Amino acid sequence: MRALRLTHHRTVGFAYLGISLAAVAIGSFLSLIMRIHLAWPDRIFPGHGVLKPEEYLALVTMHGTIMLFFVMTVAPLSGFSNLILPAQIGATRMSYPRLNLFSCVLTAVAFLVACAAFFVPGGAPIGGWAAYPPLSASALAGPGQGLGMDLWLGSVALFSIASILSGVNTLTTITLRRCEGMSWNRLPLTVWAWLTASLLAALAFSVLLAALLMLLSDRHLGTAFFVPAGDLINGVIVSHKGSGSPLLWLHLFWFFGHPEVYIAILPGMGLTSMVLANFARRQIYGYRIMIATTLLIGLLGLTVWGHHMFVAGLNPFAGTVFSAASLAIALPSTAKVLSWIATSWRSRMQLTTAALFALGFVSLFIAGGLSGPILAQPILDEYLHNTFFVIAHFHMVMAMAATFGLFCAIYYWFPILFGTVLGEGLGKLHFWLTLLFSYSTFLPMHLTGIAGEPRHYAQLNGMPGPAAHLLATTMPLQRHISASAIGLAAVQLVFFVNVGLSLWRRRAISQNPWSATTLEWIPAGQALQCHQAPCQYSPDSTSFIPQWSTASENCPERE
Amino acid sequence: MHSATALLVFLRWPLPADVAAHGHALDRHLLLNLNLALAFLALAHVLLFAGLMLRRRDASAQHKVMAEYVPLAGFALLFFLLAAHAQTLWANERFTGASPEALQIEVTGMQFAWYFRYPGQDAAFGETRPELVDAGEGNPLGIVPTDERGKDDFVSAQLVLPAGREVDLALRSLDVIHGFAIPEMRVKQNAVPGQTTHLHFTAEKPGEYALLCTQVCGLGHYRMSSTVRVLTPEAYAAWLSAREVHP
Repeated sequence: MRALRLTHHRTVGFAYLGISLAAVAIGSFLSLIMRIHLAWPDRIFPGHGVLKPEEYLALVTMHGTIMLFFVMTVAPLSGFSNLILPAQIGATRMSYPRLNLFSCVLTAVAFLVACAAFFVPGGAPIGGWAAYPPLSASALAGPGQGLGMDLWLGSVALFSIASILSGVNTLTTITLRRCEGMSWNRLPLTVWAWLTASLLAALAFSVLLAALLMLLSDRHLGTAFFVPAGDLINGVIVSHKGSGSPLLWLHLFWFFGHPEVYIAILPGMGLTSMVLANFARRQIYGYRIMIATTLLIGLLGLTVWGHHMFVAGLNPFAGTVFSAASLAIALPSTAKVLSWIATSWRSRMQLTTAALFALGFVSLFIAGGLSGPILAQPILDEYLHNTFFVIAHFHMVMAMAATFGLFCAIYYWFPILFGTVLGEGLGKLHFWLTLLFSYSTFLPMHLTGIAGEPRHYAQLNGMPGPAAHLLATTMPLQRHISASAIGLAAVQLVFFVNVGLSLWRRRAISQNPWSATTLEWIPAGQALQCHQAPCQYSPDSTSFIPQWSTASENCPERE
Repeated sequence: MHSATALLVFLRWPLPADVAAHGHALDRHLLLNLNLALAFLALAHVLLFAGLMLRRRDASAQHKVMAEYVPLAGFALLFFLLAAHAQTLWANERFTGASPEALQIEVTGMQFAWYFRYPGQDAAFGETRPELVDAGEGNPLGIVPTDERGKDDFVSAQLVLPAGREVDLALRSLDVIHGFAIPEMRVKQNAVPGQTTHLHFTAEKPGEYALLCTQVCGLGHYRMSSTVRVLTPEAYAAWLSAREVHP
């Protein structure tokens, strides 16, 4: 039977998913408190009282940190790459099993350190996940900016080290441990996605780690990378040796921050392509273009960080350059959407729950992606920057589309992970309810953003003058959004009931229940060799040629 | 661009009314973008649903050029046109400074208030030093008392502007990064400690408007708002002479 050794990649993969499950529970809980507070600001929380502004901002910071790092990076990249990637390339193990376990333990420690920030004096940091200095550079700047901020920096630094190591491990595994016959142009698109995301992780987290060390040094060693001379915080002139620039942090952070969102979404893109093709019983439309666009999104992703800084105080000419780069990235993304639509076009796709979640990924990626080119135009960003329009944009893509990618992975690979299938009836109910509440929660945020609602506002009432009037117009929608968010969280119960019931019943299934072509579904005892390109199905969709098949039947050749 | 815009503005987006001169073109471009995004969202979903409903057809019958390259070229052209127009607007607003006749006002953000300094009759700001900052003593910006230029400077808690005249704001921050934003005037620019950033625009319509902080700056971020009071030129002149120090 399967080894339960700690260094086994499946053990590590399950551990990563466990971390993500804990993180998504906490992160969602934090967001619900935020939403309840925003819609009903005078509400008294049992056992706590009214939420204070600094507590709200701590919730924002920790929600973003936990969700981005410990859910959207850990689950799709570290978790599923360990569980599935070796099998998909015909490897028996990852290249560095002990390093792999070490990264996983480090990730768990980083998560605990992040959570600990809630329980120290002053609480968790309040500056958002982007932690702009000088707010993040001095304990004087507010509650949570002392020990809480140090724990945050420590946690993210540990996480960065873990991600770099795990990225290197994945890259080496894909490069060196592919089985005989698994050439680069026979790799499933999931592997290309993990490859690109790992490459981005290794590069981006290295830069973030350096920036974190510089900020820690500013905080404790009196250096001045990010703090200008004569900075007067809370009535005290903070003294540092020399004069630095807060903008340097923005450059370094967003050089990491933008690739990070592609790290979160690329694995979902790869899986969506594979799953759509599998249930459409067709080749992936434009397989080579899909590889190229994956790499191109990764490459361009490294050049667009300045679109977070159009109004940050850069030279306006820089805005033009970053705008052009950011709009350029819309083209490979558009090419992907066209391929997904073409793959499903008149396919009479078998609409399993996994296929539905892949289609949901496409729908949400389009809905969220279309606001990308709007925000990439500096003149429009001047109005929309840091409003809820931006929150809507990145939650549609990075939060919801990526989550649909994860659910697709769970429903599709459940037989490999747990030896049985998830119930299709409950699965479909779960899909439709989640889709409905996702749109109902995040679409209206575009509207409150257009109306002018800024992000990071602890409350939308109680300020004097015209500001109160401007923000009061959004209140009816706030209540709708909050109610939908609660609904979105609640319907996830259907999923957990489904998992529980399916594991209890353990319906017997065939070894390859989706008639999939990729190597992770190879029957036991079969030689780990690849003889075919993935996704080869007969035109009448009655038969298929898996990658391990030695058959050389007349299947349509790739492109 | 205008006829296309008129055609596409079929939806009322909840955009507050614009009261700045450069905002009208910005609004038209924003509405065009929003409507295009909505149209593509609908189109993509129609294609997805139709693709799932229609009878199965052999995949090889699909034309790669029509399904992939033509739409892609179309999108490339569309993105280019949108970007080119956006670039023109951005360049008009940002690539040159304010005209020499523009009204000079210095805006300083600090946790959690905005201060607006007017240069007085000498049209020059006095030097400031952080160690002299003392709001209790009536010197919230730390103006050096010995600097002649600063003697007639005065500080206001509201941003008071004359309608129809360009204003050149010099944005500063004493402590952390703040975001200076007047949604109804379609301007937003961060105030970054250690540097001065200029922002210029023309308010058109007298009234009171919200000034918001749009960069998280600490626990009072949400209440770091102020009022922008736009007056008729005559009312502004009267307000100014009441505030200015007359030697």
